[in-house]
Amino acid sequence: MVMIREFEEAVHEEFSAGGIPGFVHLYAGEEASGVGICMHLNDDDYIASTHRGHGHCLAKDCDEHAMMLEIFGKKDGLCGGKGGSMHIADLSKGMMGANGIVGGGPPLICGAALTAKTLKTGGVAVAFVGDGASNQGTVFESYNLAKVLNLPAIFVVEDNGYAEATSSKYSVAGSQVNRGKGFDIPSVEVDGSDFFAVWEAAREAVERARAGGGPSLIHSRVLRYYGHFEGDAMTYRPGDEVSKYRAEKDPLMLFRRRVTEAGLLESGDLDEIERKTKDRIAQCVVEAKAAPQPTEADLLTDVYISY
Amino acid sequence: MAKKSYRQAISEALRQEMERDHRVIVMGEDVAGGAGAAGEQDAWGGPLGVTKGLLPQFGRERVIDTPITESGFIGAAVGAAATGLRPVADLMFVDFMGVCFDQIFNQAAKFKYMFGGKATTPVVIRTMYGAGFRAASQHSQCLYNIFTHIPGLKVALPSNPYEAKGLMIQAIRDDDPVIFFEHKAMYDMEGEVPDEAYAIPFGQANVTREGDDATIIAFGRMVNFANDVADKLSKEGISCTVVDPRTTSPLDTETILETAAETGRVVVVDEAHPRCNMATDVSALICQEAFDKLKAPIKMVTAPHAPVPFSAALEDLYIPSMDKIEAAVRAVTGKSH
Repeated sequence: MVMIREFEEAVHEEFSAGGIPGFVHLYAGEEASGVGICMHLNDDDYIASTHRGHGHCLAKDCDEHAMMLEIFGKKDGLCGGKGGSMHIADLSKGMMGANGIVGGGPPLICGAALTAKTLKTGGVAVAFVGDGASNQGTVFESYNLAKVLNLPAIFVVEDNGYAEATSSKYSVAGSQVNRGKGFDIPSVEVDGSDFFAVWEAAREAVERARAGGGPSLIHSRVLRYYGHFEGDAMTYRPGDEVSKYRAEKDPLMLFRRRVTEAGLLESGDLDEIERKTKDRIAQCVVEAKAAPQPTEADLLTDVYISY
Repeated sequence: MAKKSYRQAISEALRQEMERDHRVIVMGEDVAGGAGAAGEQDAWGGPLGVTKGLLPQFGRERVIDTPITESGFIGAAVGAAATGLRPVADLMFVDFMGVCFDQIFNQAAKFKYMFGGKATTPVVIRTMYGAGFRAASQHSQCLYNIFTHIPGLKVALPSNPYEAKGLMIQAIRDDDPVIFFEHKAMYDMEGEVPDEAYAIPFGQANVTREGDDATIIAFGRMVNFANDVADKLSKEGISCTVVDPRTTSPLDTETILETAAETGRVVVVDEAHPRCNMATDVSALICQEAFDKLKAPIKMVTAPHAPVPFSAALEDLYIPSMDKIEAAVRAVTGKSH
């Protein structure tokens, strides 16, 4: 969670400074959700992500250094500078990609779950979608397909309250949980700022999937600290919304309070993790800035056919 | 060699590849047919029976009927391909691709490039195309041109049973996404097909006739029309080279340019609509690379720029006919009746 936070804060700063090209969508504030889910997964389990994919990548153990280079569009980035922020992927880690298409991931995850089922790998596949994507037909088709074929698939609707700039209160009819239940898929709502709540819901869903019990849905209510994209002035949000979130519901703060109060971890140890992570990310930024750009020779590699 | 239909040839390719590699699965609407219904065991095998017989041999785990949700199951096939299976998904009619095009051109086609070469997507999407079935506007289009336009897709257009088996086997063994176009009016066409498995490499055109007077480059079902025209004209002493590119992506530009240059007179036959199709593409290629070898303007024979009509009388006029191809050859060669 700390890694995601530091990574996103650094990307936010670098984008503001003009060093990062293109579109960037930050995950800061939603850390407990991605981490609470992905802690149950290993490299043989797959996830498909959203526009807001950095957090999912890191939670799935993608290399932060290669990710930073990718976001800067550099040759040695995780995807050779050809994917960028919106398409970061690492299949070797079971990360099937952030997706530039809203609702693009759930059908792909049905496929990954079908592979797991057919080859009997014991793997599960998780589709993260936002509240915006939850209205796409692909998502409903995937609920249906996953249920009909009894696939080890988990759908996580990360609802940060806004589909771009449009409130989910306006754009989502009914409830996410009822949508899942409509397909006879076990569906729960969790406070996505609460790592332990997410972790527990995910444990159940993952166990069910691995045991052949079919798909699950988790409606994770999360908070988005930044705009839909970097540079978004967020004119649609009340002025104090983010500051209130940060003061009252910050997932890192909630986690720290819970584990120190329970005597599980020392505050000083957590400080040390934060300091080290900050340094590591700062180093990644320095290296990403200095890293070489791809060249013309890279333009036509990895197309299947060149003319 | 045994005579087999186009339908049998494709079915045999699927069966042999499923026997060879347990990762090959078949999925789509009614590919078995009757899932959950009383007549479940090997009911349909697709609306035209191409996959009939696969269910009893391979079971429901590998012959998977899906709901009629093309975005969902085509996307699932793409996801399964990216994670270790080799799915052959049936899009049934290419006309239905509108609702799942995103999964094909934004996902399947881009994974390898977008992910820095670290992904393969060995999915085959079978689909029916073409007019002649009285199936009207929403079940008769060609549309292979659209897929050909997208980098990251391979597009196969088998013109007879032999080609169908060899190209399908290649498609399944290929590590990249392949859109496999089957002309619905050819399923009963018979031809010699070896029993053993064989793959026809992509991007290698087949020269089906050789001649000196004109080169006819034709696609898919139109290759057969072109062959018949060439046979007919040869009796009058007009000899034609006929080129079947087999795949529109990759396209064998070398053979096309060579054969065009040899005769200097070119007719391109494409069942698709006339704008931005394979005929215009190939004509532009020849004009760019071999203009100095041309002895006459290139002629294109295509369908008109209209949806496919239902009326038999109209549909027959719609499809590029042998008469039109013959007229085009006569025009470029300057040899009238």
